[in-house]
Amino acid sequence: MRIYIPCDAAAIATGADKIAAAITAEATRRGVNAHIIRNGSRGMFWLEPLVEIVTPQGRTGFGPMTVADVPGLFEAPATHPKAVGLVEEIPFFAKQQRLTFARCGVIDPLDLDDYTAHGGFAGLAHAIKLGPAGICAEVKESGLRGRGGAGFPTGIKWETVRTAPADQKYIVCNADEGDSGTFADRMMMEGDPFSLVEGMTIAGIATGATKGYVYIRSEYPHAIQTLNTVIARARQAKLLGADIMGSGYSFDMEVFVGAGAYVCGEETALLDSLEGKRGQVRAKPPIPALVGLFGKPTVINNAISLFTIPVILEKGAKHYADFGMGRSRGTMPVQIAGNVKHGGLFEVAFGITLGEIINDIAGGTATGRPVRAVQAGGPLGAYFPPHMFDTPYDYEAFTKRDGLIGHGGLVVYDDKVDMAKMARFAMEFCAHESCGKCTPCRIGSTRGMEVMDKIIAGQEPEKNIALVKDLCETMKFGSLCALGGFTPYPVLSAMTHFPEDFSKAAIKLAAE
Amino acid sequence: MFKPELVNTIVDAHQGPDGLLTILHAIQEEFGFISEDAMRQIALRLNITRAEVYGVVSFYHDYRTQPVGRHVLKLCRAEACQSMGGDTNAAALLARLGVDWGGTTADGRLTVEPVYCLGLCACAPSAMLDGALHARLDAAGLENLAQEAL
Ligand SMILES: Cc1cc2nc3c(=O)[nH]c(=O)nc-3n(C[C@H](O)[C@H](O)[C@H](O)COP(=O)(O)O)c2cc1C
Ligand code: SF4
Ligand code: FES
Repeated sequence: MRIYIPCDAAAIATGADKIAAAITAEATRRGVNAHIIRNGSRGMFWLEPLVEIVTPQGRTGFGPMTVADVPGLFEAPATHPKAVGLVEEIPFFAKQQRLTFARCGVIDPLDLDDYTAHGGFAGLAHAIKLGPAGICAEVKESGLRGRGGAGFPTGIKWETVRTAPADQKYIVCNADEGDSGTFADRMMMEGDPFSLVEGMTIAGIATGATKGYVYIRSEYPHAIQTLNTVIARARQAKLLGADIMGSGYSFDMEVFVGAGAYVCGEETALLDSLEGKRGQVRAKPPIPALVGLFGKPTVINNAISLFTIPVILEKGAKHYADFGMGRSRGTMPVQIAGNVKHGGLFEVAFGITLGEIINDIAGGTATGRPVRAVQAGGPLGAYFPPHMFDTPYDYEAFTKRDGLIGHGGLVVYDDKVDMAKMARFAMEFCAHESCGKCTPCRIGSTRGMEVMDKIIAGQEPEKNIALVKDLCETMKFGSLCALGGFTPYPVLSAMTHFPEDFSKAAIKLAAE
Repeated sequence: MFKPELVNTIVDAHQGPDGLLTILHAIQEEFGFISEDAMRQIALRLNITRAEVYGVVSFYHDYRTQPVGRHVLKLCRAEACQSMGGDTNAAALLARLGVDWGGTTADGRLTVEPVYCLGLCACAPSAMLDGALHARLDAAGLENLAQEAL
């Protein structure tokens, strides 16, 4: 009996380790030979812990499992109350176009042979044949844009580093993943970590960088451990180090653990943090591609950008670019979170509408109440009301509506949400995380929080709403980075689309 | 108890231009917090000013300069967890324990700290108790979790 039980942090947080222990005990008790494999998550988090049993038809799933559900797996699996059928036929899964996440949840993340058997290192082999200029051309042609937030074309960034003369260059993977509502980096680091080794090695060969760092937030202990394990295994298998696969190219990498500062996800703050300093944002230019880590040319990419490199090199730029719309090529791992019935990771070609994702795929709210708002793109992204759910998932379409795709997070709220409170939170978060370099961000956000408190208390709402709007304009134009510069978007969108929540206190006072 | 030799050993094990954050993580892991004495010793060993060390310690939310309770409960305060009532549950727990964010119960058993996202946002609200993750914590679930530590 082959049984898959995820080792993904969200599966563990919902009890996967206890299920694994219970299954082992139950199998021993029954004298059944159970071979347990700890896979990554399939990304259907409402079903976690999701146990899969291998059958001749495919892997059948059971979830969300509790310890009490375990004996039933050995008795009558077909009629088990938690049976969900063949996992890959669950509509949420079947409707996806999994390119980056193709192996996640399928393989044993720590098993190099399993990785190779599922296409692992085919992209690297092809990259070695193409050589640095060829790889950069391929990545450019794929249309891949950075998945960390800014959406900058990855191929162009690599080309800049490749042609920069230097005795030492670096690849830095940004796995700081601080946005609420996002977990794609984490899932891949826990579910298919060898592909980060492969993606970063390809980046190294493409640009002439021989050393890589993965900057992982400290809130991700499982990802840190998994990545450290696979880096050691890759080194042992001579897939890291000198003369990789007999190519003459050398590359090695290590993990660096952050210390709980959201702003360190900003690339220049991250570099300062990697150098052991306070994570303060640097003014650009110079850009990190020319003057980066320790002053050397540096590729800094989001983890998902780098996780996507192997499949582009394996299947070809055209295959990847054939997905998507307009200037948004390929697929996006959309992360659906918050008050949602079917929350999880949904990888899909750009172009699907917000409404299709929230209502059709995710099935609306977890509480069963109407959806009132969706925050797209993390704490710096705008709130969308349902009448804007026709917006297609596309960088330009979101920008046109003052929105942000960012790292692909969507946080759903039901009709009980108080949008004035959420606007206040946006200011509070900015004040809490500001690196302190610019006044509009540092002082403006604290002021914004205070003024929001007055609005919530019903004090001179009109005057104070105007004051917040003014503050937002100052922050937008007077901030060095997007923390101060984009915090206005959630605040202003909440005011624009949900004005009733900002005069609620006033209305209540007037009625008294 | 502060042990200067132990600080030296930790510092020496993480030599390199990027070592300070890693050193501070290791010090906090060992002592539970980063004391004035530890900062002075790190500065001495690395041949940098104490202000430089303090500047880094104070910048990052992870680093504590005060001892904590026997158990540490980190509650997620970010948006996805709020959308499932995490903030309301957290406020109720803090009120019942009579502590504020970052505070420790009078008996020294439990410290409650904020965290902004644990990457479990599709199974909100979430928390971490002494390094172990917990998700889908409704009010009762959170109370049970806190009881484990009390
Ligand atoms: C406040 C702030 C936080 C950020 N956080 C992250 C993050 O957690 N992860 C990330 O990849 N990019 C983050 N970014 C974007 C990075 O600055 C940078 O654009 C990105 O790492 C580049 O990689 P990409 O081109 O592959 O997206 C953040 C930016 C800002 C302003
Ligand atoms: S906007 Fe805020 S976080 Fe960004 S550089 Fe300025 S002070 Fe720092
Ligand atoms: S918002 Fe709480 S885990 Fe992400």
